[in-house]
Amino acid sequence: MAENQQKLIHTFGALAELGSEVSQKQNFQEMMRTSLHLLLGSLAIMRGGIARYSRYGHELNMLVMRGLGDDFPLSLSLCYEDERQFLVNDLYPIEVAQAKVLPFFQIYDQSFEKKRIELLVPLVIRDEIVGVILLGEKANGEAYSGYDKEIICAMARHIGVGIAQRNMMAELERRSDENRKLYDDLRMTYKDTVKAFAAAIDYKDKYTEGHSVRVGKYSEIIAQELGLEESEVEGVAVAGYLHDVGKLTVERNIINAPYRINAKESAELNKHPAVGYEILLPIHHPYTDVPLAAKYHHERLDGRGYPDGLYDKEIPYIAKIVNLADSFDAMTTDRPYKRRRPANEVIEDLQRNAGKQFAPELVTAFCRGMLKEVTGESKDKRFRRLLGREYMEAEGIVPILKNALNGMNATSSLTFVSPD
Amino acid sequence: MEINNNVSVQTSGETAVVYANDYLNKLTGEKIERECRRQLEAGCKTLVVNFAETEIVNSIGVSILLGVIDAASNAGAKIVFSDVNNDTIELFEMLGLTKHVTVS
Ligand SMILES: [Fe+2]
Repeated sequence: MAENQQKLIHTFGALAELGSEVSQKQNFQEMMRTSLHLLLGSLAIMRGGIARYSRYGHELNMLVMRGLGDDFPLSLSLCYEDERQFLVNDLYPIEVAQAKVLPFFQIYDQSFEKKRIELLVPLVIRDEIVGVILLGEKANGEAYSGYDKEIICAMARHIGVGIAQRNMMAELERRSDENRKLYDDLRMTYKDTVKAFAAAIDYKDKYTEGHSVRVGKYSEIIAQELGLEESEVEGVAVAGYLHDVGKLTVERNIINAPYRINAKESAELNKHPAVGYEILLPIHHPYTDVPLAAKYHHERLDGRGYPDGLYDKEIPYIAKIVNLADSFDAMTTDRPYKRRRPANEVIEDLQRNAGKQFAPELVTAFCRGMLKEVTGESKDKRFRRLLGREYMEAEGIVPILKNALNGMNATSSLTFVSPD
Repeated sequence: MEINNNVSVQTSGETAVVYANDYLNKLTGEKIERECRRQLEAGCKTLVVNFAETEIVNSIGVSILLGVIDAASNAGAKIVFSDVNNDTIELFEMLGLTKHVTVS
């Protein structure tokens, strides 16, 4: 075989392999190691290394080295804009003799001389320096020819692209990480705001202290029992926290009336869902339907609720959840004119009203969650914390819950149908 | 014959024979270089790399062999490439590797 032809096959084989190496998504360090082997082996260069340029530290950090020994500097500082420009301007391998003008080169001159570094190859991608390749002497002892430099240039371009790709990936990862953190911060801020609102609502209503917070928590339990996704569960909880936000505009003496309010007062109070909707609508919530939950949390499946008297399927799902949570809390806490009712009675009430006021599948989910806690199947203490241990340990609560669940399964297909 | 990390080695006195096989042309060929360095550190004065089972040597293989040559020269050891086929001898000559090793 003619020597030139064999040389061509050898070097172009390396070039082709380098191209495919860089285009494969794989371990970056291995890619760089393979690349350096291919470059050194294609022209039989005794030693060399690939350094990556860090824009933050203005330094060249060695990624891989061969034959440079343990005392070769792992990081070379490029402190001056001039020398960075010098490297960017020159796409061609730079002879070490030329590079002596560079300040950084003078610092590392001794190391370079000791390891007989002959060429510096700037890796420039789109006018930006991404790294440098250092090359020592050739095995045959000859100087680098123009042909050698062309080969080196072509290979260096591939390696530069590999580093640039890696940099881009790292940058993308960093940004998405930052975005995620930013999003988390925003969500935290939002949640805090929601809780502050809930506290403000509850503060106004001295007889139902903590009502909004509890409704938020019961709503959350129902959503969890329904197996909704985490973000949906959060949305439902928020809807629970904010459902009565419209009460902020209702006069305090109506809310706190220690008697059954009259028709006029009742009309005033019944505005709170619509007012809540108006308050929540302009806010950009990370979850959908929060304003609708406030608007329709007093609607009933049988159309006898307010403000719009909607029937079953017309009522947004989230409003049905909040309605159940809201009613449950109303029955299980003392009111100005009414003591809280015993657990057994409340459960029976839920069962009786499934399909009338409440969506049966929601009552099922709620009772199931409660049963799991009462029987110890779930280690959660959500109900116990909200209602007190004694209340939850009422006699006969387990059979009543089981009965309610069985009864519900039998009647769940009989959901209310709108008369029109 | 001994096998260290999949690399076959034969030692007698201050001579070690390392078999290149067909690992040489991939990143895994670095283990041949590691084995050679290990032999040199252990006091080997004549390092023989055997190419009997090696059909071709690509750029990665050349780079690894340059590493072996460098290590041997640092250790003051003699290096021999044995059982090299004709195409590969031509390649080694063209690239100047034969300046550093004895090919037998
Ligand atoms: Fe309400």
